[in-house]
Amino acid sequence: MIEQGEGLRHRHLLGLATYEADELELILRTARQFREVLYRRIRRVPTLRGITIVNLFFEPSTRTRISFELAEKRLSADTINFSKSGSSVSKGETLKDTAQNIEAMKVDMAVIRHQSPGAAHFLTQCVDAVVVNAGDGAHEHPTQALLDLLTVSDNFDSFDGLNVSIVGDITHSRVARSNVHALRTLGANVTLCGPRTMMPREVESLGVRVTHRLDEALEGCDVAMALRIQLERQGASLFPTLREYHNTFGIQMDHLERHPDLLIMHPGPVNRGVELASEVVDHERAVILDQVTNGVAVRMAVLYLLSGSVENRTGEDGE
Amino acid sequence: MDERDLGLTLDRMARQIVELLDPDEGDSAFALVGMQTRGVYLAKRLQERIKRFESIDMPLGVLDSTMYRDDFRMGRRQPVVRKTEIPFDVTGKHLFLVDDVLYTGRTVRAGLDALMDMGRPASVQCLVLVDRGHHELPITADIVGRIVPTMPGEEVRVRLAEIDDREGVWLVNHLSGETGTS
Repeated sequence: MIEQGEGLRHRHLLGLATYEADELELILRTARQFREVLYRRIRRVPTLRGITIVNLFFEPSTRTRISFELAEKRLSADTINFSKSGSSVSKGETLKDTAQNIEAMKVDMAVIRHQSPGAAHFLTQCVDAVVVNAGDGAHEHPTQALLDLLTVSDNFDSFDGLNVSIVGDITHSRVARSNVHALRTLGANVTLCGPRTMMPREVESLGVRVTHRLDEALEGCDVAMALRIQLERQGASLFPTLREYHNTFGIQMDHLERHPDLLIMHPGPVNRGVELASEVVDHERAVILDQVTNGVAVRMAVLYLLSGSVENRTGEDGE
Repeated sequence: MDERDLGLTLDRMARQIVELLDPDEGDSAFALVGMQTRGVYLAKRLQERIKRFESIDMPLGVLDSTMYRDDFRMGRRQPVVRKTEIPFDVTGKHLFLVDDVLYTGRTVRAGLDALMDMGRPASVQCLVLVDRGHHELPITADIVGRIVPTMPGEEVRVRLAEIDDREGVWLVNHLSGETGTS
């Protein structure tokens, strides 16, 4: 266990592949303390006063962006928001130039969402700021996986031996990738389930079980994480129809009845009647809104823990 | 300060708290708040003694002031944030804020700020087991276990059986090792 005066060994949060169990546990423990702030009379603490954070959103995002902004405000950081539309990026500026211009304005931390895998890592090479990846292409979405872990840990005593199934479009999912890394690190058994067209090749090398049958994925399963089907991607015809997807991979009420302890999670936004039947979304064992609350707490924890290296810019890079 | 001294000092501090309780206001107007980490255990011990001496159940809250500290970015690593749990409304209450050592006063300042964000206490009194001097802020303790004059390079080490392998208070000189009990 990481104790007083130690902290994270990483300077940035680019992905969870390199985070070790004690670091993940420290983030979760810290997030539980920050979550308590969200229920106070004054939901704001002065912890990051004087720290300036830029939110670089090169890809549309509502809940992740709002969640980060809220986390930053709850910590009293100064924030600047930058989105692709209506900015100089639409005038053809490169990521590097955008980043260096923002750096020149003296920013301490940068949160980045980008359509290209590796964008967050690239940013660390252009600027001195501490970088937090808010989703880079199909690579990783570490804060989403951390909020998933926090939600799981609210419902189970330990990750060790826990059976978690991730269902849906695995190939295009950065959420799945981050969750696989973190869950494996913490000792959970992970099953990936989805149509063959949505399953990356050689994915077993990550130490997971793969199945193309939902029943098999849910057998003995403690937590099912359904992934959002990106309807905007449906030009790629990875499955015949949404109805067929729902019938084959959608979690429905009779699944909840057959597995009376199964917990349902979803990173949102949910397509009701596709990944999850509408009644499943509203079921008491679906903890989707807890995930949203935990998202703010986890992002507060990450920003707090990483802010320690803001004024130590000459220190070695943990990534 | 050995185990016996510590017990006697806490007995006295508990009686000093009892002296300050105003029966007209009712028991529920008063509460203890322990500062993480050792202040929490000291507050628990005071709570037990007050119960034993006067059969008064004083509510007890736990406060971590890390989020309110002004020095957390001066070190390389971030301090671990510990639990805050105040199971009562602080507004209108007379609070006894309990910590192990009063030194610069910055932890107490952070604790006060945290309490003020939770409501508007009627009053806050500060209790410390050891006041070692070198205050950097206009903060003093209302109830003090022992005043120990120290040098800035020394360390006052409070050890409690609940979390440590021994019990007592030591004055440690970092140049020459331990100088024994104070």
